[in-house]
Amino acid sequence: MDNLFSVFKTDLWTQTICKSELCIAYVQPVANITLWILSFVGPLIIAMAYLTYAERKILAVMQMRQGPMMVGPFGLLQPLADGIKLLGKETIIPSGANRGVFVMAPMLTFMLSLVAWAVIPVNTGWVIADINVGVLYLFAISSLGVYGILMAGWASNSRYAFLGGLRSAAQMVSYEVSMGFVIVAVLLTTGSLNLTALVEAQRPFWVTLLLFPMFVIFVISALAETNRAPFDLPEGESELVGGYNVEYSSMTFALFFLGEYMNMILMSGMTTVLFLGGWHPPFGIEFLSIVPGFIWFALKVSFVLFVFIWTRATLPRFRYDQLMRLGWKIFLPFTLLWVVLIAGVLLYNKALPGMENAAVAATAAAPVTVSAPAASQAAPAETVTTETAAPEAAPAAPAEAPKAEEKE
Amino acid sequence: MIEAFFFYAFSAVLLASGVMVISAKNPVHSVLFLILAFFNAAGLFVMLGAEFIAMIMVIVYVGAVAVLFLFVVMMLDINFAQMREGMLKHAPVGGLVGLVLIVEFAWMYLNWHSAKDADLHAFAPIPDTVSNTHALGYLLYTEYVYLFQISGLILLVSMIGAITLTLRTRAGVRRQNIASQIARDPKAVLKIEKIQSGTGVS
Repeated sequence: MDNLFSVFKTDLWTQTICKSELCIAYVQPVANITLWILSFVGPLIIAMAYLTYAERKILAVMQMRQGPMMVGPFGLLQPLADGIKLLGKETIIPSGANRGVFVMAPMLTFMLSLVAWAVIPVNTGWVIADINVGVLYLFAISSLGVYGILMAGWASNSRYAFLGGLRSAAQMVSYEVSMGFVIVAVLLTTGSLNLTALVEAQRPFWVTLLLFPMFVIFVISALAETNRAPFDLPEGESELVGGYNVEYSSMTFALFFLGEYMNMILMSGMTTVLFLGGWHPPFGIEFLSIVPGFIWFALKVSFVLFVFIWTRATLPRFRYDQLMRLGWKIFLPFTLLWVVLIAGVLLYNKALPGMENAAVAATAAAPVTVSAPAASQAAPAETVTTETAAPEAAPAAPAEAPKAEEKE
Repeated sequence: MIEAFFFYAFSAVLLASGVMVISAKNPVHSVLFLILAFFNAAGLFVMLGAEFIAMIMVIVYVGAVAVLFLFVVMMLDINFAQMREGMLKHAPVGGLVGLVLIVEFAWMYLNWHSAKDADLHAFAPIPDTVSNTHALGYLLYTEYVYLFQISGLILLVSMIGAITLTLRTRAGVRRQNIASQIARDPKAVLKIEKIQSGTGVS
């Protein structure tokens, strides 16, 4: 998709605006990448603003209220009004606060939630940086989110904020572990850390079925990672006033508030890429591919976001010991066991990526999978050539194929 | 030129934050500078083409180790004035330790021998087909599989040790037993009565 912004490669550009070698070598790539970033950040900011609106409206409907309805038609201008209100307020920094850290914390939170989008592909090739270790990058960035909250809690010089920060740190570290195992399980079925390859990977139906419990755990862990209800203990207003952001006001507060929503969108994007087949139409239904891929991506993200909000309207908040119990005593052993199980089953069926039979099993299985796209429109998935793809695996392939089908 | 610029930027920030780790007055600031140092080291790894190690560095050190570090340091109640009192008294000992370390490093540097064909291998281009992660995994799980397993076992033993050291069962603690809560039969503990309005229950 380099030609999305091919304007910088036209003759007009090279002849009139950018004449020198230096300009072509440096200014053009910088301008190109800036446009790329803006084309991601712009829609994201709008999505974030309207996610706040969507949350209020959905919650209102579920609680039989009206929700925002006065500003603009159906209250559609409410996010703008809220933004203007927050901008107009005074930024208050508590006298005992550690100024530098206090101001940096919300910026960090917001920045991290945007930076992660650099590797998320929203359509074939529509990605800012298609790096080799995309999954690890995402995992690394999402594990950094805790710093913003921890710094805010400490720098506020307030007991409530500090307790909120500590809670959040313990919670995020706990749920990251099981999240890591979920990601490992997904990687086992695809054999690549590249997110585009991950979306394009063809999985047979039974593998998708095996991954389903992991999908559920991932969504629950995502709730815990983003400090959303029912895991919103760091900001539990009933006991901590407002948690880590009590002392914040005006735009510093807004950055925290919006950072949470950005993180929700990010986690939904991760879920979409890892489990819901990214930009492919759902269930591999072929005629649906006339709708552009990024629209499918947006729809899937919206669906996961709806689940986030739905959960908030439905479930009461966890107690802290229950939260820790769920993370360490249930999710961690289960995911660990499940990773071993998936690896074992894949090995038994010779369906591990890199084994010759993986392709055979994928074509033999029915194309009705959530993640496996219709074969006709999918680009050939990146074939992983590891040393495990020993040549003696090839003759065994046809004999093993029925086994994979039986497993369905 | 751009690569050189980024190399110097990463290195400069790395060194500066390293100095700040030991010279910052506030221990929390020290930890934050340590995190910055980790980040810049990861940046240098990326520039070396070792993107897997860079990401693992961020995940393990920044995402897990430093969080716990920060967690502990934030809860410490340190009197800085008291800590600086014995500074002059202990300076010679600290200086001596530093000196020994420097001499050791110098000794190591002077007796440094590269592997025989190392400079030849350095010229070999990185093949396109094998990614960083594959190459590392292949090496770890074939040639170094025993060392890999042993290091895993050592970590397991230390984890079990830490748990046994800190585990204590206190008497008289009422814990939530979710299974027994769910297993309760509503009929045995609840009585549902249809009440006529105006009569009440006796």
